[in-house]
Amino acid sequence: MSSIFWITIAGAVLTFLTRIGGHLVLSRFERIHPRVEVALNAVPAAVLTTLVAPAAATADWRGLVALAFAGVISLRFNALTMFLAGAAMIILLRQFS
Amino acid sequence: MDEQIYQRDQAASDSSSRTQFWEGFAKGLPIMVASAPFGLLFGALAIDNGFSVGEAVLMSATIFGGASQMVGIELFGHNVPAWLIVFSIFAVNFRHVLYSAAVGRRIGHFKPMQSMLSYFLLTDPQYAETEKRAESGRPVTFIWYLGVATPIYVMWVLEAWIGGLFGNLISDPHAFGIDMLLPIYFLGLVMGFRKRDNWGPIVIASGVASIIAYKTIGSPWHVSIGALAGIFVAVIVAKPKPAQEKR
Repeated sequence: MSSIFWITIAGAVLTFLTRIGGHLVLSRFERIHPRVEVALNAVPAAVLTTLVAPAAATADWRGLVALAFAGVISLRFNALTMFLAGAAMIILLRQFS
Repeated sequence: MDEQIYQRDQAASDSSSRTQFWEGFAKGLPIMVASAPFGLLFGALAIDNGFSVGEAVLMSATIFGGASQMVGIELFGHNVPAWLIVFSIFAVNFRHVLYSAAVGRRIGHFKPMQSMLSYFLLTDPQYAETEKRAESGRPVTFIWYLGVATPIYVMWVLEAWIGGLFGNLISDPHAFGIDMLLPIYFLGLVMGFRKRDNWGPIVIASGVASIIAYKTIGSPWHVSIGALAGIFVAVIVAKPKPAQEKR
C-alpha cells in the first residue's frame, strides 16, 4: 500500500477521534479552563495563517494582487464568492500580463 | 440495520420520519452547492500533488473535512514527513472537539451506532444546522440528521472523483494559477474567523513566525512554529474573564 493510503487512513482515524472525542472527553469536565479555551479558539486562525503567509511571501506580484483582492472581497462576501473572485483574478493576470 | 430498526420505531410512533429526512435534506442542499467547488478543487489539486484519482476519492470518503484534506495534499506535495501530514490533518480538524462536546447535548438520545455515524458526519455546517434546529425547538432526530448529511457526503465523494478526472487534463497548472488557489482558499478560512477574540494579533504572530521559519528552518516546520506562535500570543493577550462558564 502506498504512503498516501496510510496517511489517509491515519488522518481519517484521528479526524474521527476529534469528532467523537470532544463529547467523550470534555463532557466529563464541569468547565474548561479559560486559558485552554482561549488556546483552542486560536487554533484555526493560527494554523491556517501559516498556510497563507509563506505562500504570499514567495508569490509573484500576480499572486499577491490576487490574494489581496480576495482578502478585500472576503470583507463583504461569503467564502465562495471570495474564492471565485480570487481565482478569476489570478487566472486573468497569469493569462494576460 | 440499526437504521432500519430505528425507521420502524419512528414509523410506529411518528409518521413524519420521511418528512424529517426531507426537511434535513433541504438544509443539506445549499451546503452541498456551496462546498461543490471545493470538492472539485480538492480532486483536481490532489492529482496535481501526486495523488491518484482513487486516493483522492478515498481521502474525501474517509476524512470528509475540506480544509484538512487541502492541508494534507498541500503538505504531501512538499514532501513533508508522513507523521507531520497526519498531525497537520489532526490539528486542522481539532476544532471538531468543540463541536463534538457541544452537539452531544443535541444528539445524546441517538442509539450507539447512530451516534458513531453522526459523529463521523459532524462537519462545520452539520454542526451549525444541528444547533439551529435544536434552538428552534424542533426534534433533532437521527433521520433528520442523516437528511442533512446525505447530499453533502455523497456529492463530496463524487466531486473528488470528477475533480480528479479534470485534474488530469490540466497541462499547465501555473497558467491557471493552481499554485495560488489553496492560499486564496485558506485566506478565506482565516478571514472567516476574524470576529473571534484577538484575531488580529494571532494572525500577525502566525504570519510573521511562519514566514521567518519558512525562510530559515524551512518547510514543513513553518506550519507548527507559526501555529504555536499564534496560539502563544492568544494565550498571552487574552483578558482573563472572571468566572467564565463552559457554555
